[in-house]
Amino acid sequence: MKVRFKQRSIIPGFGLALGFTLLYLCLIVLIPLSATFLKTSTLTWHQFVRIATAPRAVASYRLSFGGSLIGALINLFFGVLVAWVLVRYEFPLKRLLDSLVDLPFALPTAVAGIALTTIYAPNGWLGHPFAALGIRTAYSQLGVVIAMTFIGLPFVVRTVQPVLEDLDKELEEAAASLGAGRWQTFRRVLLPSILPAALTGFTLAFARAVGEYGSVIFIAGNMPMKTEITPLLIITKLQEYDYSGATALAVVMLIASFLMLLAVNIVQKWSARQRQLDDPRADSATKPPNPAPLLVAEGGR
Amino acid sequence: MEPAFVRWLLIAVAVIFLGSFLLLPLGVVFGTAFEKGLRFYFASLREPDALAAIKLTLLAAGIAVPMNLVFGVAAAWVIGKFDFVGKSMLITLIDLPFSVSPVVSGLIYVLLFGLQGFLGPWLIAHNIRIIFAVPGIVLATIFVTFPFVARELLPMVQAQGNDEEEAALTLGSSGWQTFFRVTLPNVKWALVYGVILCNARAMGEFGAVSVVSGHIRGLTNTMPLHIEILYNDYQFVAAFAVASLLALLALLTLVVKSIVEWQAKQQLAEQATASEETRQ
Repeated sequence: MKVRFKQRSIIPGFGLALGFTLLYLCLIVLIPLSATFLKTSTLTWHQFVRIATAPRAVASYRLSFGGSLIGALINLFFGVLVAWVLVRYEFPLKRLLDSLVDLPFALPTAVAGIALTTIYAPNGWLGHPFAALGIRTAYSQLGVVIAMTFIGLPFVVRTVQPVLEDLDKELEEAAASLGAGRWQTFRRVLLPSILPAALTGFTLAFARAVGEYGSVIFIAGNMPMKTEITPLLIITKLQEYDYSGATALAVVMLIASFLMLLAVNIVQKWSARQRQLDDPRADSATKPPNPAPLLVAEGGR
Repeated sequence: MEPAFVRWLLIAVAVIFLGSFLLLPLGVVFGTAFEKGLRFYFASLREPDALAAIKLTLLAAGIAVPMNLVFGVAAAWVIGKFDFVGKSMLITLIDLPFSVSPVVSGLIYVLLFGLQGFLGPWLIAHNIRIIFAVPGIVLATIFVTFPFVARELLPMVQAQGNDEEEAALTLGSSGWQTFFRVTLPNVKWALVYGVILCNARAMGEFGAVSVVSGHIRGLTNTMPLHIEILYNDYQFVAAFAVASLLALLALLTLVVKSIVEWQAKQQLAEQATASEETRQ
């Protein structure tokens, strides 16, 4: 059987739309990206490894990736909690807080950065009490984690909420009628159902925080080897006209982004399969499609 | 159902968590912006460098958003209504800016158009400045915002299916007529939302623009960059004054999101009842 490039259809405009789309992508994405990889190829493998594994670079990876991991873990725990509270309980100001959850997406990162720094600075609303306890919040690695938690906050909440909303009460009621305590029911019936979505959110939050620049550089302190994130190191190298160095680090980040994208796809596929297994009756055709959640849309970075 | 004590404890924890991460920053932005009174607030916004930054931000968004709108519609049309080889590759490419750090997004343009870049010598010879000038800023803004409209439209277009368009075509309407009178009205809310998001991101972009801009006050600074300069100069109130404009834009985005979600739900509910009625 001959494999067609495109299935037969009477809908017009395929050529025009595809042509324009591809042209746009080529000009805006592909050509600049290929310039990056071409530039990297001017480095020898040894040079590349030397730059990518320099002590300052490795310190920045530890902060960027480590801080993002901790922030994503915090968001995993609190995100599930917040999603649970927003779906299951009623309380004053609930709708306001629900809409505000998307604020880290919509708020430009520079604004978030200076706001967080002002709050957690030694004389800030929250920084002051912490300073009295001897804990440095701003201009430290803790500050970086705080910023990364802010940036990733909506991800877990918004991936878990729909799952919780769609959860069948029957399962919980069955567990209760069989004598399970509330915590038991949560741990053994509900948690497994929301785990895939929570993990998706976790991975997304992690990926987003790793590349984050604007929210973090104000609160970080930016001391090399201690509080310098990788994107900042790239910019520093650019300012020193070390284009090869900057490119090498950028390639490291691109590879990391690619791996994380892969991880997200795998978790999402697993999550979709789990939902099918859990509820084969679920008829997605009758369910109104989620109007592309704000999840994928992010405010200025 | 959990005991009331547990319920209220969880609610308290959630409210404290959300409050400290979401409400506090908003409070700080508006509180500090108006710290020195309304006069100072408006004076900071009218300051020449601030005005230039606002103008540049509006210019970059004014170019990026319409272009990405056309792209988004074309991409949603091609991916949503047809089946072809390489479709998922296309979708992955469109998702690319979401997974790339903004600093890297800016860097790739510097590598292409910068002084040491591939096209650098050619550009200098023809006296065209892209990096460290306005065109570079516009390009970087286009790159980081082009997926938004496409991403918002695509699920809606896919959910609508081809039925209505095919019906229109058999009734004799032309391609463009079908598009404007059948397809667009069905996805108008997703379109509106995509444009609002695209715009919010275009105006708020910091990392990518920071790399390609020359940070020249009054010339190549957008609002986020200007905020950074003011903040680093310890002019906190002025910095937050400019920031408050962007924060207002963010709040507007959230409001539009609620409206769009509500409208989309209504529209789909109407369609569901309509198709039930025709089935009966």
